[in-house]
Amino acid sequence: MSDILIVTEHRRGEIRPVSYELIGCGADLASKTGGDLHVAVISGEVDEMAAAFNRDGVDVIHTVADGDEFNHDIYRQAIAHLVEDVDPRFVITPQSVNGMDYAPAVATDMGVPLVTDAVGISLDGEQLTVTREMYGSKVETTVAVAGERAVITIRAGEWPPIESGGSAEIEVVDIDIDESAIGSTVTGFAEMAAGDVDISEADILVSIGRGIDEEENLDIVHELANTLGATVSASRPIVDAGWLPKNRQVGQSGKTVSPDVYIAIGISGAVQHVAGMKGAKTIIAINNDSNAPIFDIADYGIVDDLFDVVPALTEALA
Amino acid sequence: MKVLVTVKEVATVEDTFEIEGTAIPERYLEYDLNEWDDYAIEEAVQLAEAHDDVEVVSVTIGPPRVEETIRIALAKGVDRAIRIWDDELADYQLLDVPAKANILAEVVAQEDPDIVFTGVQADDDAFGATGVALAATSDYQWAAVVNQFELEDDGTVSVHRELEGGIEELTEVQLPAVFTIQTGINEPRYASLRGIRMAQQKEIAEVTLADLGLDIDAIDGALEVTSMAEPETESEVTLFEGDASSTASQLVDLFDDLGVIDA
Ligand SMILES: Cc1cc2nc3c(=O)[nH]c(=O)nc-3n(C[C@H](O)[C@H](O)[C@H](O)COP(=O)(O)OP(=O)(O)OC[C@H]3O[C@@H](n4cnc5c(N)ncnc54)[C@H](O)[C@@H]3O)c2cc1C
Repeated sequence: MSDILIVTEHRRGEIRPVSYELIGCGADLASKTGGDLHVAVISGEVDEMAAAFNRDGVDVIHTVADGDEFNHDIYRQAIAHLVEDVDPRFVITPQSVNGMDYAPAVATDMGVPLVTDAVGISLDGEQLTVTREMYGSKVETTVAVAGERAVITIRAGEWPPIESGGSAEIEVVDIDIDESAIGSTVTGFAEMAAGDVDISEADILVSIGRGIDEEENLDIVHELANTLGATVSASRPIVDAGWLPKNRQVGQSGKTVSPDVYIAIGISGAVQHVAGMKGAKTIIAINNDSNAPIFDIADYGIVDDLFDVVPALTEALA
Repeated sequence: MKVLVTVKEVATVEDTFEIEGTAIPERYLEYDLNEWDDYAIEEAVQLAEAHDDVEVVSVTIGPPRVEETIRIALAKGVDRAIRIWDDELADYQLLDVPAKANILAEVVAQEDPDIVFTGVQADDDAFGATGVALAATSDYQWAAVVNQFELEDDGTVSVHRELEGGIEELTEVQLPAVFTIQTGINEPRYASLRGIRMAQQKEIAEVTLADLGLDIDAIDGALEVTSMAEPETESEVTLFEGDASSTASQLVDLFDDLGVIDA
């Protein structure tokens, strides 16, 4: 019972990059437990994907061919089967939207603790300790997990992906899916409307967050963007409120952008936001809270009230 | 039809705060209705408005303090509320997901709702897992991260699940089921004055673990916070200082250096 089982992720025929980070995380843990690293590939073109997952540190790749796209009921049954077979100490999945849709059920089925959104995992003797963030990334906590086993979901971008090839064994797993236990059916996908502009094409983004407070205050942001020849984008709450269309949203569930300059105004820097803009060449943050996590990734910052700085900047540029 | 909504009061920390041991002292915390739950409440109330005979019940795990937050839910249209508390729960700094799911599952067993709405995650501990764990514990169907919800005439539900990168998954779910609600799915209403007045008359049932047939061992937390710190930043941020006109002109110089303007 020292083995590690990781569950990879794919969507519409493509492997999600977090899968390779899972291998990195799993291989590291397996080296500490002295066990094997098992990789689960469930639904879709499993043979093709298994070949891609044959990377350094992987011992066994299990393929379960049932289903095309992600369905949590199939994942749940497939993982239950593999858990039975492999008897893993830790099951590790991504803290992705789909990971959030099955990992809690896996932990419930196994009757073991669940720790989500890990940014660090350490094993000291028998004691598992997981590092995670709380209060909108303002504090980092370590939690000691009781018992031997656990299900852990990891945050994307925290473990280095494994790139080099390996020599894993591939096992084709045949399971009898219990169709009567499938209570949901995926009928298709929808894509967000392209809208008026493609913010991922912009060289300069003036991006606004909840700090703007009221819809009418957006005027000062548009004025700045006009003066600077920049495009306006936003964090999620601005789009949720309907103040800007969805195609302006930067982040995990919006667009990924990498402009030359990204000016984050009144944006705290939540992980789901940062996922969409950390590739910007120069990041400038304007926020009146010096503890806001956005300053951790910004190159330049101003700790001040945006209602003072933004109009002053427009004026200085004019 | 009965709809159960899970409502959590979450702590947010003030701009400047300190950490003492493994906790943030009360004086730096403010308490509020969890943002995601506000959308879950609205979805439930809208469902009740659109269909006949829908009862909306909320359930909260929390000390007496949280009644203020529960009254907000009642003022927005929740019909009655359940508050679960036990002095023994106060000893736990962090209730882990299975513990919460086990407690809530007893309420699901007693209330037998057709639909359970939870938020995708709570703003403070951000596990993002209680709704799905509850579904699995209660043998309900579920869908996580729902940003569109439609109850069909045949008694099934069609949802959109908001995946990464602007993609949504279209899924049909059989009832009874738990849906974890994403922000932006609707426009949460403000509590009206009339709603606030009516909320005073509505019932908040106080329930202990024993009332639910649970003892503290059944929810014994598997997680213990062993340290808490402000994240160490590898940040190399250059801060511009001075009043707004001074920082603005430093920014203009920066834009000039970066070649994005011709000053
Ligand atoms: C599954 C999932 C997907 C998500 N996807 C996304 C996504 O794609 N994009 C996204 O952005 N978020 C996403 N989120 C939400 C994310 O977790 C945060 O809630 C959100 O990014 C917060 O936006 P914000 O920074 O604008 O608001 P807040 O976190 O409320 O921050 C507002 C900031 O403004 C500052 N401020 C306030 N007043 C002023 C002032 N007068 N002057 C200067 N500064 C001020 C405050 O100090 C604070 O730092 C997602 C969440 C989940 C669970």
